[in-house]
Amino acid sequence: MESKRKVLQKLFLSTLYLSAFTFGGGYVIVTLMKKKFVDEYHWIEENEMLDLVAIAQSSPGPIAVNGAIVVGYKLAGMIGVLVSIIGTIIPPFLIISVISVCYQAFRDNFFVSQMLEGMQAGVGAVIASVTYEMGAGVVKEKDPLSLVILVCAFAAACFFKVNVIYIVLVCGAIGAVRTILAKRRGAK
Amino acid sequence: MIYFQLFLSFFQIGLLSFGGGYAAMPLIQGQVVQGHGWLSMSEFTDLITISQMTPGPIAVNSATFVGIKIAGIPGALVATFGCILPSCILVTLLAKLYLKYREMAMLQGILHSLRPAVVAMIGSAGISILVTAFWSSEGDTVIRLAQTNWSLVVIFIISLILLQKGKKNPIFVMVLAGVMKVAVALVEKFAACCGTIF
Repeated sequence: MESKRKVLQKLFLSTLYLSAFTFGGGYVIVTLMKKKFVDEYHWIEENEMLDLVAIAQSSPGPIAVNGAIVVGYKLAGMIGVLVSIIGTIIPPFLIISVISVCYQAFRDNFFVSQMLEGMQAGVGAVIASVTYEMGAGVVKEKDPLSLVILVCAFAAACFFKVNVIYIVLVCGAIGAVRTILAKRRGAK
Repeated sequence: MIYFQLFLSFFQIGLLSFGGGYAAMPLIQGQVVQGHGWLSMSEFTDLITISQMTPGPIAVNSATFVGIKIAGIPGALVATFGCILPSCILVTLLAKLYLKYREMAMLQGILHSLRPAVVAMIGSAGISILVTAFWSSEGDTVIRLAQTNWSLVVIFIISLILLQKGKKNPIFVMVLAGVMKVAVALVEKFAACCGTIF
């Protein structure tokens, strides 16, 4: 691993840069973080990243901020949390401060609205690509229960609009029950 | 006093908004529109529109926006700090517990079941973004083949190919997608102009 100062520097720049491009909600920053910290820097493993996302999701507060906190903590402890939060907060803080002065002109600008519409399609592609990679990882495990959870959780979130906190609680409970059953079977 | 009120309001928003930005919206509305009258309903609608057009979580954007309007830059700082403080405490605690106990069989079992669910929820978020992009006009989202925004569908496919086959940087792809849409819109405008001339 690189020196701590180097890690903090890279962490700050990455969160600053990713946060400036998280159009469309918290899941975007999570997918971008996966591409950056898992695929590019190899600081975090893919499964570990999914665990960290689960933590970010099951806590209250913005997912982007929570995601930055878990990654920061995992990489550099409390100082990492501080660095990644500051990196994540600066872009929206500056942008909203500027826009709050002239927001009508911004909202009605032709180039801005077209650019943003196009970026939505791009964001959708980034999420589709990450979902495909991570989904392939789950399928490769060849664990039937994991596949059932994948399908049911997807249906619950996408079609029935169930709040994510319930999905997290139910799936966590399934895992707990399964572990208890496996232990009992092992004991007999 | 006003600083303390801002801090307290956004602290509550940060503490109680489970499940991301859309869950936070009614809470923010309750605090800043109904609770304190810091924004009118139409200002709040503008705030949501701007939040969707700019990067960053809705809660953080709202904290900055409301803070500046009520008490200038210091107000914005106080409100933003209030909104992220609950996350800082809770998430750090959970991360600490996770890193300490993740070898435990029980936690392993729970996390093993959570992973596919996380993938599913990320995928679902992606789909709702795409549905809005492809089929939404004037705020309504109705899925109909005739009303599909085909230029965005094509941009989506090109982006996906660049990411999967070309292994391009995701942020580069996102910006390129925006530029492609601007180009398409300019061509459409130009064609419409020609149409009225001839």
